Amino acid sequence: MKTVVHVDHVSKMFRLGDVGSSTLTEDIRALFHKISGRSNPHQMNAELNDRISAGSSDYVWALKDINFEVKEGEIVGLVGRNGAGKSTLLKILSRTTAPTSGQIKIRGKVASLLEVGTGFHPDLSGRDNIYLNGTILGMRRAEIRSKFDQIVEFAGVQRYIDTPVKRYSSGMYVRLAFAVAAHLDPDILIIDEVLAVGDAEFQAKCLGKMKEVSDQGRTVLFVSHNMGAVADLCTRAIMLKQGAQFMDGDTDDVIRAYVKQNMNTGLKDQSALNDPTVRRGNGVVRYEHIEMLNSSDEKTNEFKQGDKVIVKMVVRVNEDINELLASVSLRSGRTRDVITSTGRNVVSNGPFKAGQTLQLTYEFNALPLRPGVYETYFWLGDNRAETAFDVVDNLLAPLVVNIPEGTNSLHVIGYFDLPFTFEQKLF
Amino acid sequence: MKTVTDANESSWNLIIKPKGKLFDFNFKDLWEYRDLLVLLVRRDIVTVYKQTLLGFFWFIIPPVLNALTYVIIFGMFAKVPTGSDNLILFYLCGVISWGYFADCINRTSSTFRANASIFGKVYFPRLIVPLSSVLSALVKFFVQFAFLLVVMAYFGLTGSAPNIQWHLIWALPIVLLLMALSGMAIGLIISSLTTKYRDLSNIVPFAVQFLMYATPVIYPYTFFPENLRWIFDWNPLSPMIEIFRHLLMGSDRFNLLQLGGSAFFTAVLMVIGLILFSRTERNFMDTV
Repeated sequence: MKTVVHVDHVSKMFRLGDVGSSTLTEDIRALFHKISGRSNPHQMNAELNDRISAGSSDYVWALKDINFEVKEGEIVGLVGRNGAGKSTLLKILSRTTAPTSGQIKIRGKVASLLEVGTGFHPDLSGRDNIYLNGTILGMRRAEIRSKFDQIVEFAGVQRYIDTPVKRYSSGMYVRLAFAVAAHLDPDILIIDEVLAVGDAEFQAKCLGKMKEVSDQGRTVLFVSHNMGAVADLCTRAIMLKQGAQFMDGDTDDVIRAYVKQNMNTGLKDQSALNDPTVRRGNGVVRYEHIEMLNSSDEKTNEFKQGDKVIVKMVVRVNEDINELLASVSLRSGRTRDVITSTGRNVVSNGPFKAGQTLQLTYEFNALPLRPGVYETYFWLGDNRAETAFDVVDNLLAPLVVNIPEGTNSLHVIGYFDLPFTFEQKLF
Repeated sequence: MKTVTDANESSWNLIIKPKGKLFDFNFKDLWEYRDLLVLLVRRDIVTVYKQTLLGFFWFIIPPVLNALTYVIIFGMFAKVPTGSDNLILFYLCGVISWGYFADCINRTSSTFRANASIFGKVYFPRLIVPLSSVLSALVKFFVQFAFLLVVMAYFGLTGSAPNIQWHLIWALPIVLLLMALSGMAIGLIISSLTTKYRDLSNIVPFAVQFLMYATPVIYPYTFFPENLRWIFDWNPLSPMIEIFRHLLMGSDRFNLLQLGGSAFFTAVLMVIGLILFSRTERNFMDTV
């Protein structure tokens, strides 16, 4: 197999904080050092990227000495927690920023999808935007012309093709944007998981497209902290930790290591819950704390088939409401709800006053799930599940159902274990 | 395995490296993306006056209103001597030619900041964007220029024909090219310098206005007292405006030496602009 991507000692340094007059002083000092032939003083002070503990230097290595090769046809998952350097690596690979040192060599046509619909202009028609977005992504006009009908059909917007996209529903807009990206035909596809936000149908389409690309023998680099999706799609995974390459190997092994890593910190680290940028919903009620416990009341995210799982949530009411619906789902892959509590309509009856805090507890007795990694999805909303107050999606460590002794693969077919009897008759 | 990679060294078709050479432009890449250039120009033209009733006329209305203001205030009230008997044509020529130059600066100077959201997501040769700005300004200029020709034809028919310098008309495309390139070069420099420190972008509108008064746009060279005329002589933008007006209506001056000076100045600015731009485009996403 040919090597198509070769990442060779790549590092990237970032400056933290605001750009202001102190930056100017530092720039000037760095310039003097450069003129006098010394190395950049700030670069020497740079620290590894640990976002939680405060460091002494304003400069951090977002990536430090990353090395790997990707062979033709491989689907490689890049995993790691928030701030591990996944996005920075992705940006360097897609050439939107340059590395501080090291180099990357690539063989073949690359398409990187960090977003769909880049460059869409609201005043232009669907037709014009297909051409504009297509050329921004690197297609030639003739190529777009030949695929135009397919793109429009894929997006399902035939009727609106000459209408400005600002009049599109948000669903149509995203479908059109994705349709263009889906017709790129690259040799190497670099794709960001954040692309997979949107409705379930759209997420399924994204993952489907990735499968299709890889089935054609092309190479995919998939950046994600969704272990389920990585386990589903990737043959190999690379794990980053605080900007350094932590592990490179078989998907199952890397996921196991990732989960182990996050076990100690994942559930305790609720910092993602305090980051307003990753939160959805209108904020009428917010999660303050979420934890998973086993039958002996210990915090964990590792269970065995048949175990009891307790989910304890503390929520804060910010506006007066009468009823509240809190739902917990376990998902496999990105979109498939394997278990969800929503259907049973457990509505907490109020009224609840602004400023009140409440604790909600779910107990799942006898977990019927087969071994695997299941992402957690927490949803708070009104009693008819129409308005979302808060959504915590993929922010906490996934729930892991451990493999029983004597088995050695995570890939157990099916999700559920159904008790059955079996009989054999010979005539 | 290392040896296999090394043997195929030449077949890598993309190498991503830290800051490259001083002058690091991939012109082949630029050519590959020519379709994008065309579509960006088209976008700029089509979207600017979408949902307006007068549409394309908005290319013409502002310079006409500007010229009329100058005619009334400078020509009729302040009685600034123009050295020409056709006030309307004099101001219209000045406003349109300067307008093109100012348009080039204004549009290209915001390249990085205005397109940060696109630049952060997709790679394409960044130079495409300022190029497209200059070209769409050129389209706008051509519409205005066509209008100027109509006005000149009108004066021709009513008996006060403008004194077109036919024997020098070859200089017209050169002047336009110089205006486009110098405008773009200044824009490239400003856009590169403003990604990290935004102060400069606040000065740009004033600087452009100040530059206009230091150039014989709304008054002729002779309007300035002699001891201050060196400003015009050393201002490399003056010959462009003066020659433009000289070619179309015979006023102002035509000086080949000064035109050469302008060309030299434009070339120097362009080299500086391209160097700064290529240094900025690689890392600006980290600081913008």
